[in-house]
This record gives sequence, C-alpha cells and structure tokens, in this order.
Amino acid sequence: MIKLKMGERFAALRNREIASLERRLFLRQGLSMGALSLLAGCNVTDEVGVENALRKISSWNDTVQAKLFDPKRLVEEYPASAIVRPFPFNAFYDEDGIPAVSAADFSLELAGLIRERKPWSLAELYALPQVTQTTRHICVEGWSAVGQWSGTPLRHFLERVGADTSARYVGFKCADDYYTSIDMATALHPQTLMAFRQDGDVLPAPNGFPLKIRVPTKLGFKNPKHVRAIFVTNEYPGGYWEDQGYNWFAGL
Amino acid sequence: MSDARTGRLPASPTIHGRIVRLTHWLNALAFLILLLSGWKIYNASPVFAFRLPSELTLGGWLGGALLWHFAAMWLLALNGLLYLGHGFLCGHFRRKLWPVSPAAVWADIRAAFSGRLAHDDLSVYNAAQRAAYIALILGITLLALSGLAIWKPVQLAPLVQLFGGFDTARVVHFVAMALTLAVTAVHVLMVVLVPRTLLAMLIGRLPTVRSPQ
Repeated sequence: MIKLKMGERFAALRNREIASLERRLFLRQGLSMGALSLLAGCNVTDEVGVENALRKISSWNDTVQAKLFDPKRLVEEYPASAIVRPFPFNAFYDEDGIPAVSAADFSLELAGLIRERKPWSLAELYALPQVTQTTRHICVEGWSAVGQWSGTPLRHFLERVGADTSARYVGFKCADDYYTSIDMATALHPQTLMAFRQDGDVLPAPNGFPLKIRVPTKLGFKNPKHVRAIFVTNEYPGGYWEDQGYNWFAGL
Repeated sequence: MSDARTGRLPASPTIHGRIVRLTHWLNALAFLILLLSGWKIYNASPVFAFRLPSELTLGGWLGGALLWHFAAMWLLALNGLLYLGHGFLCGHFRRKLWPVSPAAVWADIRAAFSGRLAHDDLSVYNAAQRAAYIALILGITLLALSGLAIWKPVQLAPLVQLFGGFDTARVVHFVAMALTLAVTAVHVLMVVLVPRTLLAMLIGRLPTVRSPQ
C-alpha cells in the first residue's frame, strides 16, 4: 500500500517535470492543437484567439460554479482509518524547494479591506479556537487523499479582525512565492480552515508549516501552504496556477 | 423514373433530418475534443498502470487540456439535450431505434460478418445499428454523469455515492470512454465500408441518379 503511494508520489514528481516542460511548449505554441488540426485537416493559426475564447468560457464556468456552490452544504467527513499516510507532497517545486519557515520569526500579515491589520504571531494564532476535520483532498491532476487537519475556521478569524465580508475575494501570499485567492462565500464556509495541525501534529514542512488554508470545497491548488499574508479585496487577485490557465473557482 | 407531368426527377427521400445531422456532427466534434483533452488529463495522474499516447492528446499541458475539456462539455451537454429532446418528443427514437431485440441484434451481427447484411434502405436501421446507437446514447450519458460526479464531488455528493465514491467515479468515467470509443470505432469502420451513409449524414439524402435507359 505504502509502496504504491510512494510510486504515485514519484509519478507525480515526474508528471510535474513533464508538465512544466509541456507548459513552456504550451506558452510558445499556444494550445498545441496538433492532433485536432491534423484530424480536422486545417491549420489553426489563430491560437491566441482560441486561447482567449477558452479563457472566456473558463470565467463563465467560474460564474456557473459560484451559483452551484451551496454555502451550507458540508463536505463528507471520513473515519481516521481512511487517512493516507504519508500524506502526498505536491507543489510547483520538488521537496528540496520546501521553504524553511522559522516559527519564532513568523508573523501573519493582514492587508486590504480588514479593520485590524496588526500582524499575528504564531503563538497568537495557536491560541485561537480550533476544530478538526477529516476530509478528502482532491488534486486537479485527478488523485485524491483523505487527510486530517486542525485549525481555526477562516470565517471566525475574518470576523475577529473585522474583515469586510461583503467583499468579493480573499487572497493568500505564501513563503514559497505561491499565491492564490478564493471567493468570499467559500472563505466563510464552515469547513474552510486556517490549518495549523495535520494528523495530530504541528503541520509538517512539506504540507505547509506553519499555516495552510484548508478549503475542502475546492481543488488542492486552492489550498495554499506556508501562508504569510491574507488580504481581502474586490479586485480579482488571480493565482499562481490560475494566471497560467487553471480555472479560478475550481470548486468541488 | 421521372414525374409524368413536370418531367423532373422525384425528390429522393430524406434519410436523416436536419436536427439529427446537426446534432450528429456537433456531437462528433464535442466527443473528439473531450476524448483527446481527457487523455491529457488522464495522463496527469493515470488511474491504471499505463499512459495514453501524449502526441494524440489535446491541450499541450494539463491546464490547457482542462480548458478544452470544460469548454467542450457545454457543447456535448447542450447538443445532447437537443438530440435527446428531439429523439423522445418528436418520435425519432420510437421510429428509428425501436423495437430492438437481442435475437435480432445477434442475427444482424452474424449477417454482417458473413457479408449478407443488406443496406438497401438507409432510412431504416438494422438491429445491429439500433443496438450500437442506443449503446452510444447510454455510453455518453454515463460519461456525462460520471464526469459531473468528478467535477462536483461535493455539490453533487449523492451522485458520487451512486458511483461508489470519487475514485470509482474516475474509473467509471474512463471505462465509459473506452466502451463509447470502441462502439464509435466500429461505427466509423461501417461508414468506411458503406460510404454512402456518410453522404446521407452530410446532406440528408442520397443524390438521385438518373438510371441509364
């Protein structure tokens, strides 16, 4: 079982290498419609136009998904026996690129439409009320793994610091230069957590020490790790993968 | 044979109506895009111990394939609803696909392999055709439902449970793809063997040929 998981992990690593290579090709060649244009017997020259059209449909899909999202519907919880160990590592870099965040120096910055924007130390964050959830993490690549996270509902924190919860977006900046953003409705969902712990221990470095935003209603890449800043805004903040073409809403 | 009064050839009978032809080709386009982008998505995290040929896939990278996949799903769904609505409400399915019995299907398949299956009247489907087209309708419906389950496993949780969980829904989606593709391959092969069926699906009827006197 663990062997298989490890195999999957190496496969995921290899995929990432292939993916990054393919991404570069994609950016150069547009949507590389080789097979399709071959079959259609035509040369699709206006690839920028095609990509723009596909991105427009993707934003339309954002709108549809926001309507489909039920803020009261809870994600299924699993028994502890379903937890996958070790929990898969996945990032836009290999494991040697995991950022070393110092617990003593860490401070969570707040910005944007938030009333009390003083930074939070790790000790202050750990003192917040915490809940635990055992839920399924689903990666955009297709694999999934059940994990257990503990932390403070993001809703509780946003209300506590006086965030404008009528704003449209909550954005996250990370110590590894990753960034992403979610819609306010999802940020206020009862199972969206500021996770400080995983599987009973302090969040391990590969899984996002010291702070990961656990969003079980969204794909894995909308669950930022090593979060060092949270901001609230009405201007579309995008994200690391989203800016390259992944669908922004990415709701489950 | 020409009309005695006008001297013109009688219009050849319609084999496929406009809606059937339109939805057929839009469905073919949507299926091709979903198939090739789906293979790229599958390769990002294969369900089975193999990958699909990357050079045949569509999208360039996972993000590009997902853009294609989640755009073409709208074409497949809306076009499919038009086709199903037409099929059920206008009697197309009742007239063309019904009745179909296993015995008749088996007899027609055997006749096809021995080269005795007649294609005199393209407007009447033989039993093997009926079975194949019903299989395609069911296969694509299963693809759409399992696809919805994978896309929205939280909002459509009951659908995921119906498939026996998220990972099983992925397997169902893949197997439904493989079966639908297999039936489609046979379908295309039959068109190659009886090419005038392609003409009928393009222009709706066969051109009237003046027979030499």
